[in-house]
Amino acid sequence: MNKLLLIIKREFIAKVRNKTFVIMTFLSPLLMIGMIALVAFLTKNSLEQKRTVTYIDASHLFSSDNFKEDKTIKFINLSDVDLETAKIITQESNHYGLLYIPKKSEVDELSKNIQFFSENSPNMILIADLESVISAKLQTIKRKNLGIDIEKLKASKINVDMQLSNFSGERTSKLINGLKMGFGIGAGYLLMMFVIIYGNMVMRSVIEEKTSRIIEIIISSVKPFYLMLGKVIGTASAGLLQFFIWSVVLSILMLIASVVFGVEMSSNISTMQVPSEQMEMMKSTMEGEIQLLISEVLKLPLFTMFFMFLFYFLGGYLLYSSIFAAIGAAVDNETDTQQFMLPVILPLMLGVYVGFSSVIGDPHGTVATVFSMIPFTSPIVMLMRIPFGVPWWQIAISMLLLIVTFVGVIWFAAKIYRVGILMYGKKPSYKELYKWLKY
Amino acid sequence: MSNLLVAENIFKNYGDFTALNNVSISVPKGSIFGLLGPNGAGKTTLIRIINQIALPDNGTIYLDGKPLELDDVRYIGYLPEERGLYKSMKVGEQALYLAQLKGMSKQDAKIQLKYWFDKFDIGDWWNKKVQELSKGMAQKVQFIITVMHKPKLLIFDEPFSGFDPINANLIKDEILQLRDEGSTVVFSTHRMESVEELCEHIALIDKSNKILDGKLSDIKREFKSNTYEIAIHTSDNNSVEKEIAKKFVVLPSNMKVLDNELVLKVKIKNGEASNDLLHYLSSKGTISHFAEVIPNANEIFIQAVNKNAKK
Repeated sequence: MNKLLLIIKREFIAKVRNKTFVIMTFLSPLLMIGMIALVAFLTKNSLEQKRTVTYIDASHLFSSDNFKEDKTIKFINLSDVDLETAKIITQESNHYGLLYIPKKSEVDELSKNIQFFSENSPNMILIADLESVISAKLQTIKRKNLGIDIEKLKASKINVDMQLSNFSGERTSKLINGLKMGFGIGAGYLLMMFVIIYGNMVMRSVIEEKTSRIIEIIISSVKPFYLMLGKVIGTASAGLLQFFIWSVVLSILMLIASVVFGVEMSSNISTMQVPSEQMEMMKSTMEGEIQLLISEVLKLPLFTMFFMFLFYFLGGYLLYSSIFAAIGAAVDNETDTQQFMLPVILPLMLGVYVGFSSVIGDPHGTVATVFSMIPFTSPIVMLMRIPFGVPWWQIAISMLLLIVTFVGVIWFAAKIYRVGILMYGKKPSYKELYKWLKY
Repeated sequence: MSNLLVAENIFKNYGDFTALNNVSISVPKGSIFGLLGPNGAGKTTLIRIINQIALPDNGTIYLDGKPLELDDVRYIGYLPEERGLYKSMKVGEQALYLAQLKGMSKQDAKIQLKYWFDKFDIGDWWNKKVQELSKGMAQKVQFIITVMHKPKLLIFDEPFSGFDPINANLIKDEILQLRDEGSTVVFSTHRMESVEELCEHIALIDKSNKILDGKLSDIKREFKSNTYEIAIHTSDNNSVEKEIAKKFVVLPSNMKVLDNELVLKVKIKNGEASNDLLHYLSSKGTISHFAEVIPNANEIFIQAVNKNAKK
């Protein structure tokens, strides 16, 4: 036990002191923020670019009120010239495109014959905007033609907002589902990242012990199993520290970013062209929703969620990292690890994929249920399902299977590890690994 | 004299391959024991079993009369053939870590390390990283790590490989001193001259079987063939040689001599006294050399292994 602590301490210190580790710990959040900022900057720039569109209105149904200039688009009326000339003018003045509304007797026919000419394939958002402007105008005309009273039509509009309750009569919020998904996706993704980053670190550290030939000196003092366990736990501790620093640095940077960009954001929202009545409605429902949301979050099994998160996070990490340790022991250098990596990464990816595709759509469907039982995918899939409320017997089976598999895998990994660390100079096949189990 | 280490009927298989087949050895307390054998004979497997790195399929290891336990690692110091250190760790920290893994307290380990670092005059290496050391320097650190917890049993696998002659000599003297202070040493090597110099007892393992063991002097007595190497001044070397060959079995000798003496190896029959040969020879000329041929460790090794191969 004492020796295990010694090993954990050494592994932890060796990882934390490593220059790459230190650099990554403090550089990654900066890189991440930088990347987010860059993406935000680029999108904002492309949105703010003002485009000039020329138009010919041969139908004379539209007025300049319909084609008003706004932040992203400016219109030039070329209805005085013919189409060919307009095309040339548009092209030569480097305008974005030409909208052509022909003259047709029927509105329905007209709606199918409007054209847009441009140099390259046009921006889809811009096209959608134009289409909505035109369709709003044509709809008004058609309604008039059909003798529909527009005031009455407006008055007849009704908005349905269903209230969700469970059978015991408690109201539930729609937003809470989003929140649950957020937790599930976040937890699943975090686990996958953690397993891949620190599992690899465990593997590299085993390979280092092999190549530096210190391994035999160490295992003449401690059992290989303890060395493996110490390595896995020590690396995880370093990883948790790194994650902790990341989250602290990230939240500080986010705070700074939100203070700097926050002002601009709110000014952006106010200029958004949302009809004021709709805005009011949204506001009132939002307030109700948020109150409901808070009461529901408090009603969530927060303690269970926290405990489950801990259990599946540790279970998943230990399961996978002991396999990584065995792979490290079986090979001589990192290039030889490739053939063994696929079977490890595959179930991990499967877990995330199943989680994203089926848990979010149907948290209690067959696929989600089955994959939350299979030990290699259960840590990720079950973590995603838990906020939606999983029957206790399913959790019990899933946990039991995970524990049993973990014991089996660590036994198997320890065997490979014990034999592998003393094998030099050849790249083992799966057949040989199987033979090692019997040594 | 009692035995510190006894291996009793050790069997070990790796799959279909037999690494050790019923091997037993006894290492007397306070002796230096040579574990010899060709490459792949099973020496390293036996050493690993003694260090509890591998478990025997069958058989028992006794240390000081008791079956070996997990905790006994603190009484054993092991310098493996495949050895190294953590490259990016500092020498001092690393030595402390490995000492504590052996069960020493941090304070004791510091005292012992200071003693050894002073003795080898390498005190200023404490804060150096291993990757800054040369191979020979790293070997010295490894030697210290092996012996610092004052183990009862020291096991060296090819201890001199990687050392220059001066440092090899230094290590050899240290091993002898440790023996004098009461440690028992098992050492495995291919360098027969160091076996000759150091070992009192040997065991020879070939193809997973022990084919020879015992006191080196006893084994030599067993392997000697009543052969004498002679050098003699004669008036006519050829005719004298023919005369001797009529009475005794004569073998050629490569002994270097100063003058043009007749040089021969002469074998006498069991029961015949060497004095008779000496007497006979003295009538043929002036004897300048007369000595019994005692096989060295190297010859014993080769003979025993060849004999085993014919079986």
